[in-house]
Amino acid sequence: MQDRMIARAKELLADGTVNRVMGWQKGEFTYDITPAVFHTAEELDRDFVCNDFAAANVSKYLVKESRKEGRILAFLKPCDSYSFAQLMKEHRVLRENVYIIGIPSWGKTDFEKIKARGLSGIKNIKDNGADYFVETVYGDEVTVPKYEVMLDRCKDCKSKKIVVYDELLEEPNGDVIENHRFDEVARLEAMTPDERFAFWRNELSRCIRCNACRNVCPACTCEKCVFDNRDSGVENKAAADSFEENMFHIIRAFHVAGRCTDCGECSRVCPQHIPLHLLNRKFIKDMNELYGDYQAGADPDTRPPMTDFRFDDCEPSVVYERGGAK
Amino acid sequence: MQVEKKPFKPLIVAFCCNWCSYAGADLAGTNRLNYPADVKIIRVPCSCRVNPLFILRAFQRGADGVIICGCHPGDCHYTTGNYYARRRMTLLFSMLDYLGIEKGRTRVEWVSAAEGQKFAETMNSFVETICSLGENKRLEDLRCKTE
Ligand code: SF4
Ligand code: SF4
Ligand code: SF4
Repeated sequence: MQDRMIARAKELLADGTVNRVMGWQKGEFTYDITPAVFHTAEELDRDFVCNDFAAANVSKYLVKESRKEGRILAFLKPCDSYSFAQLMKEHRVLRENVYIIGIPSWGKTDFEKIKARGLSGIKNIKDNGADYFVETVYGDEVTVPKYEVMLDRCKDCKSKKIVVYDELLEEPNGDVIENHRFDEVARLEAMTPDERFAFWRNELSRCIRCNACRNVCPACTCEKCVFDNRDSGVENKAAADSFEENMFHIIRAFHVAGRCTDCGECSRVCPQHIPLHLLNRKFIKDMNELYGDYQAGADPDTRPPMTDFRFDDCEPSVVYERGGAK
Repeated sequence: MQVEKKPFKPLIVAFCCNWCSYAGADLAGTNRLNYPADVKIIRVPCSCRVNPLFILRAFQRGADGVIICGCHPGDCHYTTGNYYARRRMTLLFSMLDYLGIEKGRTRVEWVSAAEGQKFAETMNSFVETICSLGENKRLEDLRCKTE
């Protein structure tokens, strides 16, 4: 797939359709891959990579990139395309300045999960189709089945469909798929409030306020974020106590409610492994249940639930009656 | 040293819409209806002016309960503000519950300018609920506590 991507990118660069390419750049190892912009065919040959570790969502970069001179080519995975479509809806990206090639994705790999198998000093990971062949500097050679080390968000993938594109690398387009992404939320809802409180205290108290979740999130594209406000008292600093931890997460999740496409980037990048998707999915689940099914980014014409209302919406008191133990 | 245990006195913050509940509170006053002095009213231009952060901030600064009062659906001074507020507060309250914070601590009531009686009754019952829940422990900020 990578070779076909590079070949197509070179063609588009050569015929002047685009003047640069958004993709992923090789790092020192197979697994440390970063999003990058390429300008020439040589750069593409040398550094361009797209493998199972290229999990980063590039849509957010296009907010800035699409405002620069000339057109940019972007390779979007299904989940990235949802984010891009949502950004289009919010008028954050200039669609005409981006040439999109949709690429399929069968699920990306979580390097942390490979490491968690007790492997350290990994120097090479070879892709053998259904599994990886991992070599370490200590001479260990281990075979790891791919499915077992897949990113959690990919195991719960909501859709293989590319919602916005100029061309597809592979026909046919995928479909929205059955998934179990709300199971964990439902499990939490069924707990008692005390158990839930203990669960979230345990998770959120680990937050170091690195802001990675905000910085990576394609919905968090505000030019001035509330958490950058000097007068707020919570500007870019480690949370001082449990209140600030709760506040940061409630507010961030609330801000992206109805706009979060459930791309899973926040949970992927969190260095503390806080399951942030459980907060976002709670909002998505509630909105689906109370205001009708809605998937952010799926459809350019529908109104997001948070900027819409019905005369006969439920009253906030439903919260006292529904869901979970009292 | 002897530690005296003071009886629990709740602190309630009520965000009241200028066009209805705030006037409703006035009416309750001119009609000499009683409602507890623990309720601190903050006037807002519309119930939809209430940002989730306001509610969290109130808890941070020591509130034990937060109530939002606005015009009845359909009667908003700005036509649709309270419909948006209704959705937002529903989701926010649901999220607070999900985090294990007692659901009784937050409430929304629609009180019109003519409903002084309802205002007083609402506040009485809300204070009762908060008294039964006790002090806000789960969303407190110890640095903001005076005692
Ligand atoms: S990425 Fe994780 S640790 Fe960093 S601010 Fe977000 S939740 Fe906290
Ligand atoms: S909140 Fe997380 S899952 Fe939602 S759009 Fe942002 S990064 Fe993606
Ligand atoms: S946390 Fe809120 S204000 Fe900050 S970037 Fe995200 S959506 Fe914008």
